Amino acid sequence: MNQLFIPKKPISRKLEVGAGVIVSGAVLAAWCLLTYGGVVQSNFLPRPDEVLRAFGVVLADGSLLKHTGVSLTEIYLGFFLSSIIAVPLGLFMGSFRIVAAAVEPLVNFMRYLPVTALIPLLILWIGIGIEEKIAVIFLGTFFQQIVLCADVSGQVSDDLYNVSYTLGANQRQVITRVMLPATLPGVFDTLRVTMGWAWTFLVVAELVAASSGLGYMILQAMRGLHPATIFVGIFTIGFLGLMTDLAFKWAKRMLLPWTATP
Amino acid sequence: MGRVSVDKVTLRFVSARVGTVVALENLSLEVPDKQFAVIVGPSGCGKSSLLYLIAGLNQVSGGQCSLDGTPVSGPGADRGMVFQSYSLFPWLTVQKNVEFGLSLRGMDAQERNERARHYISAVGLNGFEDAYSNQLSGGMQQRVAIARSLANDPEVLLMDEPFGALDSQTRSIMQELLVSIWEKEQKTVLFVTHDIDEALFLGDVVYVMSARPGAIIDRVEVALDRPRHYDVVTSQHFIDMKKGIMANLHHEVQRSMTMN
Repeated sequence: MNQLFIPKKPISRKLEVGAGVIVSGAVLAAWCLLTYGGVVQSNFLPRPDEVLRAFGVVLADGSLLKHTGVSLTEIYLGFFLSSIIAVPLGLFMGSFRIVAAAVEPLVNFMRYLPVTALIPLLILWIGIGIEEKIAVIFLGTFFQQIVLCADVSGQVSDDLYNVSYTLGANQRQVITRVMLPATLPGVFDTLRVTMGWAWTFLVVAELVAASSGLGYMILQAMRGLHPATIFVGIFTIGFLGLMTDLAFKWAKRMLLPWTATP
Repeated sequence: MGRVSVDKVTLRFVSARVGTVVALENLSLEVPDKQFAVIVGPSGCGKSSLLYLIAGLNQVSGGQCSLDGTPVSGPGADRGMVFQSYSLFPWLTVQKNVEFGLSLRGMDAQERNERARHYISAVGLNGFEDAYSNQLSGGMQQRVAIARSLANDPEVLLMDEPFGALDSQTRSIMQELLVSIWEKEQKTVLFVTHDIDEALFLGDVVYVMSARPGAIIDRVEVALDRPRHYDVVTSQHFIDMKKGIMANLHHEVQRSMTMN
């Protein structure tokens, strides 16, 4: 037992898998116990079989795919637009004092402003369509990405720059051949983390006002008193989040092989 | 050619805590082509700062550094540098690290590859061409850094306590390796260390620096035969030179400690 609580001490693969299975299994078992055991009414907490049936229904009528498609489009567009501007801007902000001086005050103001506070304004300006969701995701991730990327580029060691100068690099080469590759792993982690936040902003935006998307589907299910469909929506979001995270991890291993622990 | 002149160089900087600090004052030295010169001094004496000035990574407050008569105005490939932190590019393999300077210049892939292989083999790392730096020990990483500098064919090699972070066994192996490579390459080397044994074992000439503000207080010609082997450190002549430098340095270290 003592062995398990030595900080950072590795554990066996068997134990690692087992611990995960046991905890997940316990949650599932508790759910079954509460519902099949009649502790909680099923219009409050649906039974697992009801959720599966609801899943079959929304899958068959195409609504799940439609709403998922809308949500994915919104999140990837918003995230992509934010990233292509925020990542370079953040990297420059962390490395060039002039960029930091210019944008830091605004960025620091905006990043403590919860994007949810902007939703009413965005609805007023843009409406409740896909453009508004993209705007919410953009504003929610943009300033966070800038700050995180600035941190990443500020941590590149001076010696890497110095050694490249003494190997003959000019200013442009120092940026393209040292700063960019040196910051790639950190940028990747930033994207992975902010992608998780983007899901939150998306669902909030869809819950507030939307005509499609997974958040809208959940809201409609609540209004129609279909808790099972709410669960389908929640599980779908969880599953998509998990898949995105795995994709990031996989891509990092493929694209940045040097970051693998030896 | 690789003649380094440091002419009455002064370096001042302003620190928020203690105000203006004079790191180097009126420091002059002359390193002829193909000489192995070592600067030894107490920590904080400004010996590394001097290398940064010669490399062009920092600017003098007064005086001038020059290479073959041309004043230093910024960094360049003619002055290669090896740092105490191994400073390999972690995203590049050993091979690509060594090729880095060559590819900056646009040398064609074939030639670059051969040159890099030659120097990887010179530092004894055959078979590690495709390894990344996080798969190498400290000594191996520093060997790659040395190969990377040499492959770029600088006029002068500036070395800033390159073996300072290595354990003592690895350090002495690295010193022997460096001496043997230098005996073949015949390049001007300016090597900074606080280790007197290392200074005497490697150098043709050892400069002793004072505590801040750094100035040259002694110059020792090391009349030891080359090629050198490690048992030279036990010879009487070596010990006599060491005693002389130690006496000088001891006083400076004490001075630097009361200063801080």
